[in-house]
Amino acid sequence: MSVIALSVLDLSLAALLVVALAFVAHRLRLGLGRRLLLGALRTTLQLLLIGLVLKVLFENASLGWIALLALVMLLVAGREVMARQQRRFVGPWGFGLGTASMFLSSFTVTVFALITVIGTTPWWQPQYAIPLLGMLLGNTMNGVSLGLDRLTSGAFQQRAVIETRLALGHTAAQAIGTIRRDAVRVGMVHIMNAMAAAGIVSLPGMMTGQILAGTPPMEAVKYQILIMFLIAAGTGFGTVAAVWFGARRLFDERERLRLDRLSHPRTR
Amino acid sequence: MAKYLRRTLRLSASPGESSLATLDIIDLGSPLFGPVRLSAGPGEVVGLSGPSGAGKTLLLRGVADLDPTRGEVHLDGQPRSGFHAAAWRAAVGYLPAESQWWEERIGAHFQATADALHALGLPADALAWEVARCSTGERQRLALLRLLAGGPQVLLLDEPTASLDAAATAQVETYVLAYARSRGAPVLWVSHDAEQLHRVARRRFQVVPRGRLEPLA
Repeated sequence: MSVIALSVLDLSLAALLVVALAFVAHRLRLGLGRRLLLGALRTTLQLLLIGLVLKVLFENASLGWIALLALVMLLVAGREVMARQQRRFVGPWGFGLGTASMFLSSFTVTVFALITVIGTTPWWQPQYAIPLLGMLLGNTMNGVSLGLDRLTSGAFQQRAVIETRLALGHTAAQAIGTIRRDAVRVGMVHIMNAMAAAGIVSLPGMMTGQILAGTPPMEAVKYQILIMFLIAAGTGFGTVAAVWFGARRLFDERERLRLDRLSHPRTR
Repeated sequence: MAKYLRRTLRLSASPGESSLATLDIIDLGSPLFGPVRLSAGPGEVVGLSGPSGAGKTLLLRGVADLDPTRGEVHLDGQPRSGFHAAAWRAAVGYLPAESQWWEERIGAHFQATADALHALGLPADALAWEVARCSTGERQRLALLRLLAGGPQVLLLDEPTASLDAAATAQVETYVLAYARSRGAPVLWVSHDAEQLHRVARRRFQVVPRGRLEPLA
């Protein structure tokens, strides 16, 4: 089987669907028409751009360029995590906490998979390294931002309970324990649901893409299983790290709850 | 969790049995209150009153080390900075004005004897109650029992009878005074009720805005 190349006309036909949806949204006064078109435009431009970058990168594979691209991806993901927080940590922690957690988990898991599982030479071969890292970062980003958001909003809403427990002589870890557990669960529930539903309810996007591009189904399935495991590990470890470090940061050296380390929510 | 709590509470209850403690607050303050200098001897109740927002709660929270403060607090001559944070708060029992609960049932938070419950006008099965079904006054008394179950050496009470009727107020006063006397525990008692402070405390102070103390005659 060979890849059926898509022409500009083919994509334009698909784009017509989005334009039709935007038109309906406009007529129904949903206030979504502009954003929908803008989103479609961004998807097109951003993906074309990364396509170009990957094309150049694949032709001139060098560790330095790949590391640079990986760094840019990480920083953008860190920025996105921060933007999704209702109450973020003030100062460098706001950006650093999520970014460091994603770096720890996504990069470790990606390098592990490249070296031990896939085993290309060199191990950083961009055809494998960049898409793997992208899948991991994208999913870890969701887990980390959901977990952190739940942690900080939970601590804010339940500060009276937390301080009562501190006043009774509980340690900070005991006082925040329930909220911390909830936060990790919220961050991880998506990937656990995705694993449970994979193949029955949903055909994962990566596998679908591979099959459409001509890969034999069993090969695509094996890659998808690998990706699922890697995403589960990356999301899980990333969320645990972010929530644990975040919970530590909510208290000072005398185990006082320091909500002054959180920013006020933005008014939308 | 609840089981673990019960165990730690019972463990920490024993060493506090009959320790006579002195509380020394030495120039304690923050940008919002103080500095405050105040000492309370074993079993002594010091009454604090004053307008809302003057800083009474901030003073108690500061002593309990729930907010960052300047100055020092000594318990029996031992500086607070030498205690582990959780150990300090277990020793210096702060009762917030509004009680907070995190488990579904009262008994999951602490244990109390039927005698103790009875002394505060609560039935013996109160521990089996659902928190959501308790009145504010019931929760306030149960929160006091929960605090005392940890055997604190000092009591910092913020309006402990604010939502109680006269009979329950008298029961709480009697119970707290008995605890303070038997344990030799100093008590800082914040109240809006001048008559109550006359009943429970020989030394009384007015907390004036920005959290400074003025002695009351």
